[in-house]
Amino acid sequence: MNRMRHVLSALVQNVPGVLAHISGMLASRGYNIDSLAVGETEDPSLSRMTFVVVGDDRVLDQIRKQLEKIVTVVRVVDVSSHDYVERDLMLVKVSAPPGGQRAEIRELTEIFRGSIVDVGPDEITIEISGREQKIQAFIERIRPYGIVELVRTGRIAMIRSHGIVPGSLGAEMGITSDKVCITVPHGAGTKGIGQAE
Amino acid sequence: MSTVNRNTQTQVMAGSDILVKSLVDHGVEVLFAYPGGCSMPMHQSLTRYAPQLRTILPRHEQGGAFAAQGYARSTGRVGVVMATSGPGATNLVTAIADAKLDSVPLIAITGQVPTWYIGKDAFQETPVVEVCRGITKHHYLVTDVNDLARVMKEAFHIATTGRPGPVIIDMPKDVQNQQCVPNWDEPMNLPGYRVEYRRPQPEQIKQVAAAIKRARRPVIYAGGGIIAAGASGALREFVDKTGIPVGLTVMGLGAFPAGHPRALDMLGMHGSVYSNFAVDECDLLIALGVRFDDRVTGKFEEFAKGAKIVHIDIDPSEINKNKEAHISVISDVKAALEELNRIVEPPDADLQEWYSTIDAWKAKYPFKYDTEFDGILQQHAIHTLCNLVSGRETYVTVGVGQHQMWSAQFFKFNKPRTWLSSSGLGTMGFGLPAAMGVQAAHPDALVIDIDGDGSFQMNIQELATCFCERLPVKVMLLNNQHLGMVVQWEDRFMQGNRAHTYLGPIDHPEATGKGQGKFAQERYPDFVQIAKGYKCGGATVSRKADLLPALQEMIDYAGPYVLDVQVPYQEQVLPMIPSGGTVRDIIVE
Repeated sequence: MNRMRHVLSALVQNVPGVLAHISGMLASRGYNIDSLAVGETEDPSLSRMTFVVVGDDRVLDQIRKQLEKIVTVVRVVDVSSHDYVERDLMLVKVSAPPGGQRAEIRELTEIFRGSIVDVGPDEITIEISGREQKIQAFIERIRPYGIVELVRTGRIAMIRSHGIVPGSLGAEMGITSDKVCITVPHGAGTKGIGQAE
Repeated sequence: MSTVNRNTQTQVMAGSDILVKSLVDHGVEVLFAYPGGCSMPMHQSLTRYAPQLRTILPRHEQGGAFAAQGYARSTGRVGVVMATSGPGATNLVTAIADAKLDSVPLIAITGQVPTWYIGKDAFQETPVVEVCRGITKHHYLVTDVNDLARVMKEAFHIATTGRPGPVIIDMPKDVQNQQCVPNWDEPMNLPGYRVEYRRPQPEQIKQVAAAIKRARRPVIYAGGGIIAAGASGALREFVDKTGIPVGLTVMGLGAFPAGHPRALDMLGMHGSVYSNFAVDECDLLIALGVRFDDRVTGKFEEFAKGAKIVHIDIDPSEINKNKEAHISVISDVKAALEELNRIVEPPDADLQEWYSTIDAWKAKYPFKYDTEFDGILQQHAIHTLCNLVSGRETYVTVGVGQHQMWSAQFFKFNKPRTWLSSSGLGTMGFGLPAAMGVQAAHPDALVIDIDGDGSFQMNIQELATCFCERLPVKVMLLNNQHLGMVVQWEDRFMQGNRAHTYLGPIDHPEATGKGQGKFAQERYPDFVQIAKGYKCGGATVSRKADLLPALQEMIDYAGPYVLDVQVPYQEQVLPMIPSGGTVRDIIVE
């Protein structure tokens, strides 16, 4: 079986207990989630959950259907079956006593297009976002300096504008094409810019 | 003002009244409700609506919930149960899980501690919505009385549409007492629940018809979905048009008449040899309203291995869950069958050869038992009862175990909704309360709980409800003093080592498997005395010649009645396909 990494995006009603319901369902049916991110959408009555799951097509199909069966789940899309943009945000606190290493860390952060968001007497905090591999690579580079604390939001993802057949996904999700255009600014959708990480 | 209807009412109402009025408006005639501190306001409201809505007081909340299931399963309408918070609510849990697995439309209403106490570990507080998330189709904790009218509307809609199932509504006590002007017209807010689309695509129906036309050895595998969809008539027409034989799941019994020449009876672990052989050798399996449950399929990979599989079901998540379908149709099974019946033609191949093969299996491996047995065999008792009541409107409920499987094998069901069994969850203690609910829905029908002595004692307290609420349920108790199905597995697979499967005193020889003879030497407890203690009728029977008159007396008795039938404890339910096995592992002797 071809075990693939998939990114599922679920639009859910913004009501108490949805997250518990979904995570409970996934756990009780034995599905493993690599990452789960939840947040409000442009419509405050709806939230978006993004899952990263690993499994073959049959497992994926079951997860999708079991999610859709939950009454408060409005729609589930396998984002990774489209051309898509994926991001993960990380805050990492690194041990950095005053001295030469601070410059190295700063340089490394710049190369990865991160930013230093807090500086303490012995530690600095870096914010970095990007695809999973990039975050992973940064963690490996920064590890020798001494990671004090690390926190990640989990992956979020969005289908690229030019990947959308007009009226398909937008219509399915009850979102007008106008709204899709607003949430994905023009220009950001081209492959060149999107992948310049 | 006589012209005022409910849609224009603007009067202020308490939450409890809104809830109860909503039940009435949704056509609920009877509910089963056990009061407690946090559900008292709703019970007070129930007394105000008493002329339109009968409230039956069970003797245990689980009994009430299974009674509501009995009502729902036998009518197709929503069964309603109410309990208080905490232990009242948790006592419903088994029956809710049961309703989920068997797709029974059930609304469970629970009292909850006042909203300001929620999360404070208050007296009789349990987070019942949390407990029930995975075992309900949907759930509500109502925190604002203004939501209540809409929540009730949604609950009935969700419980009854698509694949039916249980919905729990948790009602904090303060919300029951809060006043508001209910907005009965507030639309439902269910953007993620779209069942109205589940009708077949014409292209899919054409594909199914084409597959049928090419088939040489087709078989139908039909289940509870046929009954839930009210598709028995459509199934009958489909079989008449195509001549395809029909095997039924436990949930499907009654969906197709047992005596029909194309009937293959029950499928699966304790199903008929001929239905299991037919599935094994078929080249086209038409699965209708079924979920490829392991008790039907055994080893998934080996089930209907050589066949093309058509799967029609309303629940998309059932398609390809346990077994890959070649043609899948996500649809209400009645709609699909009706579309199919418009265009379907019988297979081009002559099915006579297939029929002769099946008939030979039927002749060689009928459901059978030792008719010469000196005493009453369970199968004989069921067979005799079936013949005795064949002319009457009869409903049969069962517990779980050997008696359940023998009832499925030997009682012939010709109409949907006349057979009620806890099939998916397999809950002992289902029989008596379910029968109670059936009787409440069908006051003039004959309602018989065929039970085992283990199952019966799990909800025996409901005899009180049967007597006090004038529900003349009959119990044919097949009393072997053991947990017969577990004993069967002990004898088959565990060298007969008795491990807590004898229901009498522990110093009896049977407790350690050293019993002499076919019957337990003593019968404990005295079920007739218990029945009489509850003011029900009761008698015991052990001689074969006395069985028929004893059954007649039971049926003729005006009130609830327990007939305690002495049966042997080492009789086995056969045929049997061991768990996880294949049809080639079938045990027939």
